[in-house]
Amino acid sequence: MAKRIEASNVTSYYGSFKAIDGISMTVEPKTITALIGPSGCGKSTFLRSVNRMHEVLPGARIEGRLTIDDQNIYDADVDVTAVRRMIGMVFQRPNPFPTMSIYENVVAGLKLNGAKKKSVLDDACENSLRSANLWDEVKDRLGRPGAGLSGGQQQRLCIARTIAVEPQVVLMDEPCSALDPISTLAIEDLMFKLKDRFTIIIVTHNMQQAARVSDKTGFFSIDKTGDPGRLIEYDDTQKIFSNPTEKKTEDYITGRFG
Amino acid sequence: MSLLQKELSDVVMTPSGLRSKRLPVAVNLVIAVAAIVVAAALVLGLSIGGWPLVAVVAGILYLVGLFVAATRVEGRRSARNKIMQALIYAACILAVLPLASVVWTLISKGAGRLDGNFFGSSMNNIGARDPLGGAYHAIIGTLEQVGLATLMAVPLGVLGAIYLVEYGRGRFALTVRFFVDVMTGIPSIVAGLFILAFWVLIVSPWFNNGTPRFSGFAASLALTVLMLPTIVRSTEEMLRLVPGPLREGAYALGVPQWKTILKIVLPTALPGIVTGVMLAVARAAGETAPVLLVAGGAAAINFDPFAGNQSSLALFVYQQAGDASRYAPDRAWTAALTLVALVLILTIAAKLLARRNRLS
Repeated sequence: MAKRIEASNVTSYYGSFKAIDGISMTVEPKTITALIGPSGCGKSTFLRSVNRMHEVLPGARIEGRLTIDDQNIYDADVDVTAVRRMIGMVFQRPNPFPTMSIYENVVAGLKLNGAKKKSVLDDACENSLRSANLWDEVKDRLGRPGAGLSGGQQQRLCIARTIAVEPQVVLMDEPCSALDPISTLAIEDLMFKLKDRFTIIIVTHNMQQAARVSDKTGFFSIDKTGDPGRLIEYDDTQKIFSNPTEKKTEDYITGRFG
Repeated sequence: MSLLQKELSDVVMTPSGLRSKRLPVAVNLVIAVAAIVVAAALVLGLSIGGWPLVAVVAGILYLVGLFVAATRVEGRRSARNKIMQALIYAACILAVLPLASVVWTLISKGAGRLDGNFFGSSMNNIGARDPLGGAYHAIIGTLEQVGLATLMAVPLGVLGAIYLVEYGRGRFALTVRFFVDVMTGIPSIVAGLFILAFWVLIVSPWFNNGTPRFSGFAASLALTVLMLPTIVRSTEEMLRLVPGPLREGAYALGVPQWKTILKIVLPTALPGIVTGVMLAVARAAGETAPVLLVAGGAAAINFDPFAGNQSSLALFVYQQAGDASRYAPDRAWTAALTLVALVLILTIAAKLLARRNRLS
């Protein structure tokens, strides 16, 4: 059920500011792709373009083609909510819904999209929490507020919430940047586990993390502040971290820049 | 020695010890008592004023005394801290005093007529020499008028705020916000006149064989006009406080915008919205002028808000307070007490309701 994503010449704007310019890349199903690069280089903007979250911000728009199994998600007759159900997203800061319990948080996507049957919701809740490696920690307190968990648990709760709607692609925008090393490890383990079912794209500032978890890595960069971000190099993670083609990539990875 | 250290060398940044002397509480009390005694002797002895002046002079003497004593024992910095603390407490007491005074006056003067007759009868056929008579009709009027106004103003106001926060962009939203701000300052008598001219004189004759007619509903309309801007503005502020990532989290699950607003944004902002609504309700319940203008006021019980004159508690207070009967002031005080109690009960009930849904 995981799908192939193809971006060709994707250019995003915030008002008149061009944030990324002409990004083209292909993400194979059931792989983990890491996007790295300095702050403000458009990694997150590109990620948000993949599930049409970019356009939520006022004045934001996009040019180019982004296809999921050969269907352009920016076609006029495409339903935005369907795209987002197919392509889930985990954010930088855990954002559980504060008025909901752990259980309600996990099934929120299903419930708000019309699922009513309790047995279905119960099953989805348990399966998602198990997939997110959180079940054992919270199974006795599903009725407690989701915001009462620790940061790492909240982030796994958000992952459980995302995979509960059974997307085909999961986007992660620096999912570990607010977490301690142990929670980070838990989430990296989780990514390996989810790779069997989903296509994963992760934005990260942590190069060790990119090297550890991803199959392919894309390096984004900007020439100077105010310029649009570009995809400098996109290749197998192995190659990017051992023998990159571009000088810029090498400089960034070895810490001589940014 | 670095440049920074050189510059700071004559400023003592670190104290020599961690312990410091404290002014004993007993000394504090002694200063207070002494301040009162000296102030009383001064003011009353020279007979230049009464007890209020004693309080003011005692306050100033206490502050000066405290400052001198604290400076000697604890040092300048800590003395200044003490003085600021005393000033803040004084400001707090000054702010609460009028409120306490109002509550005390209401209870002491209003308790006299807190009887079954007051809550069970109207002012119908009550003459100037009759000690009985009650506010039953006024309580009904207030409940119906404020209730109807709330039913109209809350959906309109909350939806308007949702438009402004979630959808409104550009010139139209700016215009709406501007007029809401302008409406906030409308005097209640103007709202009453507007409804009198528009509803009572133009619309109501259509339903009443061509004759204009006062009604409780007209009062509700005027109260709605007064409540709307308060509700819109407070709801708007509360909706803006809901973090953007929560909305994005819902969008990312494929939840449509309207459902995100209904199920995520509104529940998160609910306690604040309820507070805003209750402020508006309290304001509407205390309005006299619009009710006088468009509901006309009445001495008898009228359950139907859509036909005929009605009274309200605020109007009842106004009329009884100006009445020549020697029994009227008592009725006015009790009605005022009832009105305050009513608003208080409604506010507490609404807060409890809003909290019930929240997770503990």
